[in-house]
Amino acid sequence: MNGLFIISGLGILAMLAEILKFRKAVLPLVLVGLVAAFAANLREWNTPVTWFNNMIAFDHIALSFTGVILVTAFFWFILAGDFFRRESVITDHSALILFALVGAVMMTAFKNMNTLFLGIEIMSIPLYVMAASRKEDIRSNEAGFKYLIMGSFASAILLFGIALVYGATATFDLDKIASLLSSGQELPTFFYAGVIMILSAMCFKVAAAPFHFWAPDVYEGAPTLVTAFMSTVVKTAAFAAILRLFMIVLNDVNGVWHHMLAGVIALSLIIANFTAAVQTSVKRMLAYSSISHAAFMLMVVLANVRSGLSIEAILYYTLAYSAGSIAAFGVLYSVSRNNDHSIDAFNGLAKRNPLMAVCMSIAMLSLAGIPVTAGFFAKYFVFTAVMDSGYKWLLILGAITSAVGAYYYLKVIIAMYFREGDKHPIEENSATKMVVIIASVATLVIGVVPGLVAEIFEF
Amino acid sequence: MYMMLSVILFIIGAVGVMARRNTIILFMCIELMLNAVNLLLVAFSRLHEDSSGQVFVFFIMAVAAAEVAVGLAILSMIYRNVKNIDTDHLGNLKN
Repeated sequence: MNGLFIISGLGILAMLAEILKFRKAVLPLVLVGLVAAFAANLREWNTPVTWFNNMIAFDHIALSFTGVILVTAFFWFILAGDFFRRESVITDHSALILFALVGAVMMTAFKNMNTLFLGIEIMSIPLYVMAASRKEDIRSNEAGFKYLIMGSFASAILLFGIALVYGATATFDLDKIASLLSSGQELPTFFYAGVIMILSAMCFKVAAAPFHFWAPDVYEGAPTLVTAFMSTVVKTAAFAAILRLFMIVLNDVNGVWHHMLAGVIALSLIIANFTAAVQTSVKRMLAYSSISHAAFMLMVVLANVRSGLSIEAILYYTLAYSAGSIAAFGVLYSVSRNNDHSIDAFNGLAKRNPLMAVCMSIAMLSLAGIPVTAGFFAKYFVFTAVMDSGYKWLLILGAITSAVGAYYYLKVIIAMYFREGDKHPIEENSATKMVVIIASVATLVIGVVPGLVAEIFEF
Repeated sequence: MYMMLSVILFIIGAVGVMARRNTIILFMCIELMLNAVNLLLVAFSRLHEDSSGQVFVFFIMAVAAAEVAVGLAILSMIYRNVKNIDTDHLGNLKN
């Protein structure tokens, strides 16, 4: 909870920097503040206190997901230093990102439908602005607009679902809803309609098919680093929320939502992987790849056999995916300085900048799930979780579509190593280089010793 | 009774979001959806004699206002760039 206060304070401080003219100090302050928030977060381990009339509680799940979010945000800010200098206003925009972080942390720790809704909105509204932050670029404006319309449409559906659940249970408190469900009391039919609506809205937020159509456009139009933030921090937060809602609270009525979720996963796997294979823009390809990764994470929610194992599997997946994505977007950002996000921009990168090419290869291999990288074990944990459930056909589908997935990730690697491109060495700055290297080393380390992560987050 | 009314309002809003081309009307339709939810919450709150539903409505109203503020700002930015606010003039992001 103190972490949440620190991040909110940082956001206000970043806005004050514009008035009091200490713009240069914002980035170091934010980085120090994020470390402090992480430390405050760590200290709350094993001290279960609920806040605001049982509306927010930082239990182990909340704290570990918050940890992943804060680490990702820390590296994102280092990466973004260059972006803030070149094409945006550091004070306002870092304040917006910090407020989005507040929402993301709330989404991991909600205990009440009220805080869930507020968390989602606090996270989304700053991101609408960030997606549209290139004022002169119509594509960026359009991305922001599309994100806003689709986001508020999803919120309206979520709210209608929440209202129906409230109508049936007379409470917004998740603990009370859970105990009501486990007591086996007869509930009106519209309760189940409400659950389905909440699930659809959450699928919208994580961009799972058939609710995914906004994602590729928004990811492509938004500035590259904002896309990186959306596909790492936002995904992690949304999955923490789905995990709490469906694996813990609404698990007793899983007969209602299981079939729909299975359909969503199957569609996402097929549509995302086959569409990604024909993309020419790497940014768009990464957007589709994020849809297919969302499907893998949803698979764990569907399986939910032994809850400890499932939570670990999702946590490991978010960590592996965030590390891989940060590395990939970092390289994409340095390669596509002139807004050329096509695969051709990567041609001959191995000669122009061998280090970047190696890091990008590691990131791509990890996202594809090739052994020794984190992505492989992430998929392995998902598959072991699903193995014990009744959804073996999804497992087979997942394996087949992963093979299709490997094709488009390898396309980037082939372009880097076997094609000739222009010979100009790309300009890079040391911060970007450092983050990309750290992210790819992290991808390898948590891939080589997957037990390490499981031990850290012992449940 | 109230439930039927709010379901109808919600559906009108949802259809409007999908069918209409004018972006201002899109915002109106989203407001309509949110207000259908508000109506439902207030009705349930009265039914259960529990005030938390009404408190939730205040949160929804505040968030809706923030959303529209951001939305209209983005819209004015779009207007400055393309001198039009119909969704037909957008579509630079399709392959």
